[in-house]
Amino acid sequence: MSNGGDDRSEHELRVSKIRNGTVIDHINGGQALNVLAILGIDGSQGEEISVGMNVPSDRLARKDIVKVEGRELSQDEVDVLSLIAPDATINIVREYDVIEKHRVERPDVVVGVLSCPNDGCISTGEEPVDSRFEVVDDGVRCSYCGTIVREGIASLIET
Amino acid sequence: MRHDHVITSKHLSRADVETVLDRAAEIAADPSAVADRHAGALLGLLFFEPSTRTKMSFETAMKRLGGDVVDMGSVESSSVTKGETLADTVRVIEGYTDALVLRHPKEGAATMASEFVDVPLLNAGDGAGQHPTQTLLDLYTIRENAGLDDITIGIMGDLKYGRTVHSLAYALSNFDTRQHFISPESLQLPREVVYDLHQQQGGRTGIREHESLEAVLGDLDVLYVTRIQRERFPDESEYREVAGEYQIDAETLEAASDELTVMHPLPRVDEIAPEVDDTEYAAYFEQAHNGVPVRMALLDLLLSEDGGGSDE
Repeated sequence: MSNGGDDRSEHELRVSKIRNGTVIDHINGGQALNVLAILGIDGSQGEEISVGMNVPSDRLARKDIVKVEGRELSQDEVDVLSLIAPDATINIVREYDVIEKHRVERPDVVVGVLSCPNDGCISTGEEPVDSRFEVVDDGVRCSYCGTIVREGIASLIET
Repeated sequence: MRHDHVITSKHLSRADVETVLDRAAEIAADPSAVADRHAGALLGLLFFEPSTRTKMSFETAMKRLGGDVVDMGSVESSSVTKGETLADTVRVIEGYTDALVLRHPKEGAATMASEFVDVPLLNAGDGAGQHPTQTLLDLYTIRENAGLDDITIGIMGDLKYGRTVHSLAYALSNFDTRQHFISPESLQLPREVVYDLHQQQGGRTGIREHESLEAVLGDLDVLYVTRIQRERFPDESEYREVAGEYQIDAETLEAASDELTVMHPLPRVDEIAPEVDDTEYAAYFEQAHNGVPVRMALLDLLLSEDGGGSDE
């Protein structure tokens, strides 16, 4: 599998290497902050995070890249990123080496990540439930009220 | 049928529907046979929105099975005004009762509530979502009057917000029906529902959308009329103009088949002129009355260890 070697050396000039942690590469340009929001990473825990936005890429023309030092993200954690960054690649790094590399896969369901845009939906109020969306062919669908969202999914990310 | 909850007609298979309707027919034929069947059982009524027919027919059904009801009463007099969540309310009331009936203004309320309780929970309407027990009594009425296979049905009025419409459309897709949806453009079926109907049908049925009844009236075996609410329109004059297009009277029905069955979930305002009441077409009061045997059947099936059915 090609991972765009030239591409990588170029961004390495822009964003420093990490020693241990996760590199999320090939994020659609402009989505890096949404990726961090979905992962619930905001820097408040002291994590070292590097973000490159709209850097040139062979594969995507412009892409974003996120590096999180000291944290190895699991497949379950990153699969939800497929909703906004379907081409993202996940690199797990130990001692500066990529020891694992995989793609994001569309999950069947996403829980507690997106907020239903239907004001009349029970999940948007004070009830003690997490939001829940089933991933359907061309979008996501609220498990409570059935609303289907096809576009603007990033704007529904819970903060 | 052995369902713990009745939340949406989407989850009702053809076999489920037939089980309930067959049981309802048995009960309607001999109500005295089940008069003590659920003596001592209690049904909790949780109506967060006003209701006359649904609430009273559930109450009647439970009492005619020998059971009784406990009623939360109006929202104003309940602990909801203290800010209690629905999840807490249902968990408390399930401890008092053997089954719960819930009507709530929020869509998905019954789905959520069912995640918190073990007793059977029946959705009696969730916002613009679903109203599956109404659907079962609608199907019962259609079966009695026109049969449920090889029929053409027109569903007219507020198709966007009308939960009885959404529930009915899903359930009809289990049968060999041709469905025509007649409404002003602004009140068409939600795209979610159209999407589901296309997914669900597997080519068994066809759905068509129209803005005028005229084009299809002559083909219909059943015409299901719903109320267009004034508050859906920005001003009175626009409402009157649009709503007037979707009202029926004796003159409208001159173009209909003699066998046409006219239904309405009620309450009606002026969608069906009173002069239609005395014609052979009118089935809406019979439809409302069918709420009792159908809800008796449903409660019997849900409350019986053996899944209900006759005692022989």
